[in-house]
Amino acid sequence: MSAVALLLTLAFLGLAYLAPGALTNVFGLVALGATAFLRLPPQTRTLNLALLTLAFTLGLVRSGNTLGLIGLVGVLVALTTLPRIPTWIRGLLGLAILLLSVPMAGFANTFIFELGIQIGIYAAMALGLNVVVGMAGLLDLGYAAFFAVGAYTWAIFGSEQARNFLAGNFPLPGEYMYLFMLIAVATTALTGLLIGLPALRLRGDYLAIVTLGLGEVVRILANNLDHPINFTNGPQGITPIQRPPIDWFRSLMERLGIRLDQTTDYQLFFYLLVLLMIGLVVLVNLNLANSRFGRAWVAIREDEIAARSMGIPLLPTKLLAFMTGAAFSGVMGVIFAAQRTFVSPESFTLLASITILGMVILGGMGSIPGAILGAAALTILNLDILKTFSEFVRTSLPQIPSQVDPAKYERLVFGLILVLMMIFRPEGLIPEKRHKAEMEEA
Amino acid sequence: MLEQILALLPQVIFDGFILGFVYAMVALGYTMVYGVLELINFAHSEIFMIGAVVGVEVFRYLAPHVDSGFLLLLLALVLGGAVAGVTAILVERFAYRPLRKRGTTNRLVPLITAIGVSFILQDLVRLVEGLWHNEFFLRMRTVEDLEGSVELFGGAIFAQTKSFILMGVSILMLLGLTYLVNRTKLGVAIRAVAQDLSTASLMGIDPDRIISRTFLIGGSLGGVAGVLFALQYTTITPYVGFLPGLKAFTAAVLGGIGNIPGAMLGGLVLGQLENFFGTYLPILTNGNFGTEYKDVVAFLILILILLLRPQGLLGQVVKEKV
Repeated sequence: MSAVALLLTLAFLGLAYLAPGALTNVFGLVALGATAFLRLPPQTRTLNLALLTLAFTLGLVRSGNTLGLIGLVGVLVALTTLPRIPTWIRGLLGLAILLLSVPMAGFANTFIFELGIQIGIYAAMALGLNVVVGMAGLLDLGYAAFFAVGAYTWAIFGSEQARNFLAGNFPLPGEYMYLFMLIAVATTALTGLLIGLPALRLRGDYLAIVTLGLGEVVRILANNLDHPINFTNGPQGITPIQRPPIDWFRSLMERLGIRLDQTTDYQLFFYLLVLLMIGLVVLVNLNLANSRFGRAWVAIREDEIAARSMGIPLLPTKLLAFMTGAAFSGVMGVIFAAQRTFVSPESFTLLASITILGMVILGGMGSIPGAILGAAALTILNLDILKTFSEFVRTSLPQIPSQVDPAKYERLVFGLILVLMMIFRPEGLIPEKRHKAEMEEA
Repeated sequence: MLEQILALLPQVIFDGFILGFVYAMVALGYTMVYGVLELINFAHSEIFMIGAVVGVEVFRYLAPHVDSGFLLLLLALVLGGAVAGVTAILVERFAYRPLRKRGTTNRLVPLITAIGVSFILQDLVRLVEGLWHNEFFLRMRTVEDLEGSVELFGGAIFAQTKSFILMGVSILMLLGLTYLVNRTKLGVAIRAVAQDLSTASLMGIDPDRIISRTFLIGGSLGGVAGVLFALQYTTITPYVGFLPGLKAFTAAVLGGIGNIPGAMLGGLVLGQLENFFGTYLPILTNGNFGTEYKDVVAFLILILILLLRPQGLLGQVVKEKV
């Protein structure tokens, strides 16, 4: 067994050097699968994971094929979930992937940075929704509304938009973005309170439909509040939005011996900022899960009546979960707006809410590595695999009508993921223990 | 301003009924499924959309061959209802039944499945239309017989033949359903399953069959409503079901979910309210807030009912069992 897995990994390393590309990366994913699922002694497994990291990085730098990124995410997941790997190796390899492999690949192909940033933003949001859906068991179908509130909070004041209703020197300088990340926590938590107060009194399935409706209301407001006073600039959206100045970051990187050019500087900056945010969010998540509130949420999820009988105040506890999730989403909204320098209501549709829900479901409700894996998988699927497939269809099957463009069928893919997961593996790819027990006991 | 409002009022009420009957028929699908399974069948809005798309296709292909517009519409209604009903059965069979057989107690699982099914159906229809016509914005073909119009009450109401047909067909369907549920054996069985599934199965009722039939009935009603909707509002896309579906669900809750007369009443009330605000909001606010906000009004109504009278207009209070 050990020999087979090691041979596969070494062969992949050789291929990544000699013939990097999509096929090699598929082979690498097989090797990763062997490492994760075969019965291996811990030393071999650890060695394999280290070699795989090296090989995927090599392949990414040499060819820029984005499947390699999936491989790296897979290694990260293996590192966090597999048993009996020394903690320092987990930490070291994980940091190497996040801080060395991905940036190196990003310099070779800037699209990798873009993917990394999007994965990061969605992972942080999936973790936020995980608090609401996974821990507290409240099905929120309008989660993108909070993302929108966060994004517009900065978009309006970080552009000339605010001049329409306030006297003052707008746009605010880019440094204010950091302040607005805090303000967005407040505005989105407040929105969460306003939406949650009526909605959370309701039982599970009513809550779902009310949040769905309110998510639509926020989108309708964003679309139409360009009159009588122009707050949101309607369907055209707001642009340009200020980014924070990063001269300090450039000189810091220069001192580390990394020269950045015009395209990569902001991308590396936002990538690292997003990583930092995920780190924070994971910390908050872990602490919450083991706190009095976390246990209260799980109790409410399992049995509301029993939880109430044990003295848990239902509405405040649920509201707290709802507002926590909202705040995570709001902060990421600010980063999203600054990174793209553009927001419009199009980014905050029901599809966006369901995409984030799909990430949580795919990874496993309540599971932290699961939410991150789900975010990576669906983001790569959405931004890369579907587009590549669509390109393939257009060039090799020109007789297919132009309306049948696979890139436009993300609903079909997400729908299939949701249904198949619910029927065959409701506990998700990386199940959280308690959820798994619950799903199996039935 | 008041004069303007009063002058428009008869037309607003008439149009409100058109919308209301559509909502009422779709709301029945939600309420019947909720009655037997306690499941919000999100996919029902797509069943409605499928009915509308079938209606458009029937008109597109058969209009040159069928002389009478009324016969054409009858064909469209039958086909639309049948295709929608069969789709509803298939959805139940392949998506909801496996979950039921596993006996999941988690309430989120069927709900998430229903959302997934809804997305799948939207894009499947888009795929079919894309392969077929390379187009998924569909327009209902107009047929002369159905477009005729009259002015009632000295011009206060402008009404088209198709609007009368819509109301007539809806009333017939609603009466038929009331008869079916209250007077036939199948209706008794449906009510029995809705009341207590396990006891009903002890009394010799096959719950799977009854659930299947419930989906068929609700689905066909939704499909017929879809055809009529396409006839009335003419522009159809695979995503057209979402908003009417959400509002029909609101109507079902307004009337008291699980309650059949309630769904009809809720649909009519919601149709009136939405049309009322849609027309008068721009007038009342001097054009500052336009018709776009009529959807917001519908959701606010939903929230208000759920807070103030969660059992709905005609529903009964159900105590949660421990």
